[in-house]
Amino acid sequence: MSRPADVVREVVTPEGVPLRFEIGGLGERVGAFAIDCGLLMLAVVALVLVTMIASGVAGGLGVAVGIVVFFLLRSFYFTWFECRATGATPGKRALGLRVIDAHGGMLTPEAVLARNLMREIELFVPLAVLFAPDATLPARSPAARLLALGWLALLVAMPLLNRDRMRVGDLVGGTLVVRSPTAVLLEDLSATSAATRSSAPAADFTAEQLDLYGIRELQVLESLLRQRSPRTSTLEAVARQIQVKIGWSAALPVDAEAFLRAFYTAQRARLEQRLLLGERRESKRDRPFKRRP
Amino acid sequence: MKSVVFRRGREATWTELETLVARVEQGGLASLGPEALSRLPLLYRATLSSLSVARTVSLDRGLIEYLESLACRAYLATYGARRHPLEAVRRFLTRVFPARLRGARGELLLACALLLLGAATGFVRTARDPSLFYAFVDESYAQGRGPSSTTEELREALYARRSPADLLSAFAMFLFTHNARIGMLAFALGFAGGIPTLLLLFSNGLLLGAFAALYQGRGLELEFWAWLLPHGITELSAVVVCGAAGVMLGRAWLFPGRQRRLESLALRGREAGAIVMGAVLMFLVAGLIEGVFRQYVHDVTARLVVALVSLAGWSAYLLGAGRDGAA
Repeated sequence: MSRPADVVREVVTPEGVPLRFEIGGLGERVGAFAIDCGLLMLAVVALVLVTMIASGVAGGLGVAVGIVVFFLLRSFYFTWFECRATGATPGKRALGLRVIDAHGGMLTPEAVLARNLMREIELFVPLAVLFAPDATLPARSPAARLLALGWLALLVAMPLLNRDRMRVGDLVGGTLVVRSPTAVLLEDLSATSAATRSSAPAADFTAEQLDLYGIRELQVLESLLRQRSPRTSTLEAVARQIQVKIGWSAALPVDAEAFLRAFYTAQRARLEQRLLLGERRESKRDRPFKRRP
Repeated sequence: MKSVVFRRGREATWTELETLVARVEQGGLASLGPEALSRLPLLYRATLSSLSVARTVSLDRGLIEYLESLACRAYLATYGARRHPLEAVRRFLTRVFPARLRGARGELLLACALLLLGAATGFVRTARDPSLFYAFVDESYAQGRGPSSTTEELREALYARRSPADLLSAFAMFLFTHNARIGMLAFALGFAGGIPTLLLLFSNGLLLGAFAALYQGRGLELEFWAWLLPHGITELSAVVVCGAAGVMLGRAWLFPGRQRRLESLALRGREAGAIVMGAVLMFLVAGLIEGVFRQYVHDVTARLVVALVSLAGWSAYLLGAGRDGAA
């Protein structure tokens, strides 16, 4: 199955600037949950061992502490970690996810608490039904039983039923699980091409030549040039195609990449200049710029 | 090119913000010194404005993506969860919880009414027909008590010393965690329009009423209430609070009023979740009274005094605390 297009959710900050977050994928969330469950189980095993030792030393008090710690682990493991600055449990952190407020406000402990309390019915009740259906489901009427099962299935399947992959806890807490944003500041392609301009075929493209393409083509070219080591044959093919399209008369320069960088710089300068004048040409299919005499 | 000049002029700001944000992501806001802390919001706003400008003047997608991501990270560092969990707990206990409960008056009344209605029904029906006791009380819960038990057995159950002293704390904590889980479940069930929550309250009331009728029938009513109320005041209040939280959730879902359904659910859900947190602490107190105090103190008067004190204490706390400022 191919990866579905990333779902993006816009959140408006208190300053009024819309920021775009990528919604965490289902696979990632299940994975994060599995990691957290694993950690919880390890913690419980350790706890049982410690309790056994402690009850030998401190008697009933040791057992009491063990019971409380188990309760705290089971009920507040997620809440505790999501209240911290990282907004993520160890599992979420490992898979690059975090919890945010769905409406752009501050993530409050209350919201985190509400989203995690709902795990009672999203996780523990379905598990109980799975392992002991007779003790948990209404026994007498099959209709009631079906209704209860359907309702539970709906609860569990909630993340599949909405675009933002919100589970019931997210609905109640008003939260979203998003990918932690990461990006590095890449070099400006036009700046580096300026440095090597001497070897490039000088940026003397005509306005007519630069008006053939739009923003979309520019950014496709950008992503090609940003590839770590683009294949020379690809670069040459693209360079040749552009040369044919714009009617480049000079011979093919030795270095296709130098030509593409020069063209990118000139093209971007042209498009940005028109942008400042309020003309945005999205792609080559967009209507051409108005000619000024 | 304008966008190149733009970038050259602001790049230093962005990288400075990036290092600050990386530190916050690692160790929280506390890891920033006072100077860095005061820089953070300035740099964050500067970067937001850079992003807005870049979106209009630059066609360098690498740059815009970087700025978007940096702004998102800085936004999360600035507006992410900020309080230390323990500080949040303190504020919650002194202000938020009592204020939230006073705000949920209607739901509390409804939950309380359902519990009392259940109790009254259980009492009247069991008093008339003792065999109904088994319909209201689960066998494992009754632990052998029932209409067929002798009066002496019933009295025994009220005073039984359950275990050696050092297991009492373990018993208390078992009661606490068990009840707290039921309470949280009552809240979570509120998601289905509050109906299961109300049913849970009603059936709890039935159980209570059935026991009361059983003991009343044997002339043990005073001793029964002295057995139940010391922890029961706290525990039943906590049950009602959890039920009220569930009703809040159901109400937010069914009757969102002017808000959109999801907004209403998110808003009310948070308030209700906070209330449940408070109820969990009430269950802790109840568990301690039940597991420790009740095992030691068998005097009826002393038990009733403790019941009254707990009633007065909770009323004073819930009605009085956190009135002075905004919650």
